[in-house]
Amino acid sequence: MTILTAILALGGLTLLLALMLIIANKKLYVYEDPRIDVVEGMLPHANCGACGYPGCRPFAEALVKGEMLPGKCTVSSEEGRNEIATYLGVDAGSEEKRVARLACAGGINVAINRANYEGMSSCRGAALISGGGKGCSWGCLGHGDCEEVCDFDAISMNAFGIPVVDEAKCTACGDCVEVCPKDLFSIHPVSHRLWVACKSLEAGDGVLEDCEVGCTACGKCAMDAPNLITMIHNLPVINYSKNHQTQVPIQRCPTGAIVWIDEKGGVIKGAEAKKIIRKGKLKIGES
Amino acid sequence: MLTSLKNSFKHGVHPPENKEETNGLPIRQFPFAPLIILPMQQHIGNPSQIIVKEGQEVSRGQLLAKANGYMSVPMHSPVSGNIRKIADVLLISGQTSPGIYLEPFPYSGQEVVVGKPISLDASPEEILKGIQDAGIVGLGGAAFPTHVKLKIPEGKTCDHLIINGIECEPYLTTDHRVMLEQADDIFTGIRYLLRVTDAKEVIIGIEANKQDAADHLTSKVPTDLPVKVQVVPVKYPQGAEKMLITALLGKEVPSGGLPIEVNAVVVNVATTAEIGRLLPHGQGIQERVITITGPGVKKKGNYLIPIGTPLRYVLEQVGAVDNISEVYMGGPMMGVSASSLDISIVKGTSGIVVFGDNEVRKVGKIYPCIKCSACVDACPIFLNPSKLGILAKFEAYDTMADEYNLMDCFECGSCSYVCPSNIPLVQYFRLSKALVRKKKSAKQQKSNA
Repeated sequence: MTILTAILALGGLTLLLALMLIIANKKLYVYEDPRIDVVEGMLPHANCGACGYPGCRPFAEALVKGEMLPGKCTVSSEEGRNEIATYLGVDAGSEEKRVARLACAGGINVAINRANYEGMSSCRGAALISGGGKGCSWGCLGHGDCEEVCDFDAISMNAFGIPVVDEAKCTACGDCVEVCPKDLFSIHPVSHRLWVACKSLEAGDGVLEDCEVGCTACGKCAMDAPNLITMIHNLPVINYSKNHQTQVPIQRCPTGAIVWIDEKGGVIKGAEAKKIIRKGKLKIGES
Repeated sequence: MLTSLKNSFKHGVHPPENKEETNGLPIRQFPFAPLIILPMQQHIGNPSQIIVKEGQEVSRGQLLAKANGYMSVPMHSPVSGNIRKIADVLLISGQTSPGIYLEPFPYSGQEVVVGKPISLDASPEEILKGIQDAGIVGLGGAAFPTHVKLKIPEGKTCDHLIINGIECEPYLTTDHRVMLEQADDIFTGIRYLLRVTDAKEVIIGIEANKQDAADHLTSKVPTDLPVKVQVVPVKYPQGAEKMLITALLGKEVPSGGLPIEVNAVVVNVATTAEIGRLLPHGQGIQERVITITGPGVKKKGNYLIPIGTPLRYVLEQVGAVDNISEVYMGGPMMGVSASSLDISIVKGTSGIVVFGDNEVRKVGKIYPCIKCSACVDACPIFLNPSKLGILAKFEAYDTMADEYNLMDCFECGSCSYVCPSNIPLVQYFRLSKALVRKKKSAKQQKSNA
């Protein structure tokens, strides 16, 4: 008898709860487009945010709604984007690949340090202590916070302690832009090959005391390409809305601060740029 | 006099004091440098706004830049001379700020332009305005504008005015000498502060290693002032205002709160002396007392140095050794190691400590935390630096701020000082605090937009 009561009680309770679940399932049902799951499966799951959405799933929702075109995802391969486009029956859309560019070239062989920094190995930590000890107040500190934060192994520190961006791997997610305490990174379309690799607001010999490859604000590039380049705060500013596929402005730069970045990520300097032959590290105060 | 050697705060550390070399040396006037470089960002808040032109001749004490808003103070000329140029200057933080390059006239005198005096009968508002006009900021090191600090918020009362003569930083003897030599100015300053704060009692807190200063001040207390001098045991960081309130009043300032929450206002003793010296003459601050000491200096001492004197010139004058390794602006515990000698003396510089190559211990290898809890026992505000340090490594900045009260840390460095694993804890926290603040302001901007 006791067993029967138990079975009946539990059985009854089970049935009641099951009924509630069934009702809840019907009443509270939210329709979700099944294509969202499929599209999300096709995306690279990097959740990098380069498309402007917080992650791959919100981007997939936007794709299915038709708010975005698959080309906005710069991490996917060409085939991946086409696959999504075919599945959704939309145009793949083309988004020009964008990459992170660094506005400094002052490695340890060309830029002096005012002081040695000792402590936690992090640019952000060093920047809080007297600016990190680098001679140039605006220059790269070279502790590699950007290399560490990059999820795609696109940034590697070269022999002189300057981060180099691998254009093929960079997805323009912007993590390095955020982490750099000196704000040296910015995101640019790959076609922006004419590039000013300096952020020093100083002018003249003051720059050269700290760094051999800094911009001295001589203004020769602005003279050679008056429509394209203007000097603002002692730095050339390139107007990328004009035709900038020209190597003319770099030719007369005396320090090689304005450069041409070729497809392989190599840096081409102008003919008159000072040749840097030193390979070793500069000592404190030496220039 | 009330001597209570029991009263102090809990935790804290006892670094070697190293004060005996300069605490007996009287304050001496420093010569004018051939070029004075005055940054406009010498205080917390907006940089001062320059009102002079290049090539203009100025006199000592003349207004060079006016305050830019409420959270700012003006700048006065430390010397009579010519404005060479107005350009950006390097700050100790590694950043730049607008600045004035001033070339003193040869044989420039010590006379100072006299302005409109602020009498003791003036209204509290007038006195606060006078304090701002004199360019006075916290001379203990933080350089927080004093008139902002003294403004008692609506609905709050100030019962205790605490004059901070603790000077717990090793090596520094600035406040010690000020208390011995400028007692009259200090008491005049206290009269002004009493008018502003309407406090019932004034306590001058002094550490036991400055007994002579305590005796001197006690003998000088005017009979009509409710002042008592209280000696507390030597411990670092007793000079931090929250620790000092705990030591003197036995009250704890709530987390994230200001001293006014426990009806107290804390003012540095050198700042008080400066108020008492400048306001009766309507002058602005032109120079300050700075202890120059450390094993790397030949002529150690306490000097009255014009604001804006380049650090390089100061070191040349006092005969710094050739192999300088580190120069601390402020004390060795909370001061900043200067990365360049091309910076200037600013209002917040309380001391310069110079070490040669041989005296500096190189930063050792950083070992993992062994959970010895030495930092927990040292932290004067009862945080858990060990846990915070581990969280900082995982970049869990929000957890640190929300659950472990990171923002209460005032970066005294006691945790790093005692850590046997050489973990740069205070640097982690400084970075974490900066990142939390950055995130917060970004959020605020977003919600405003």
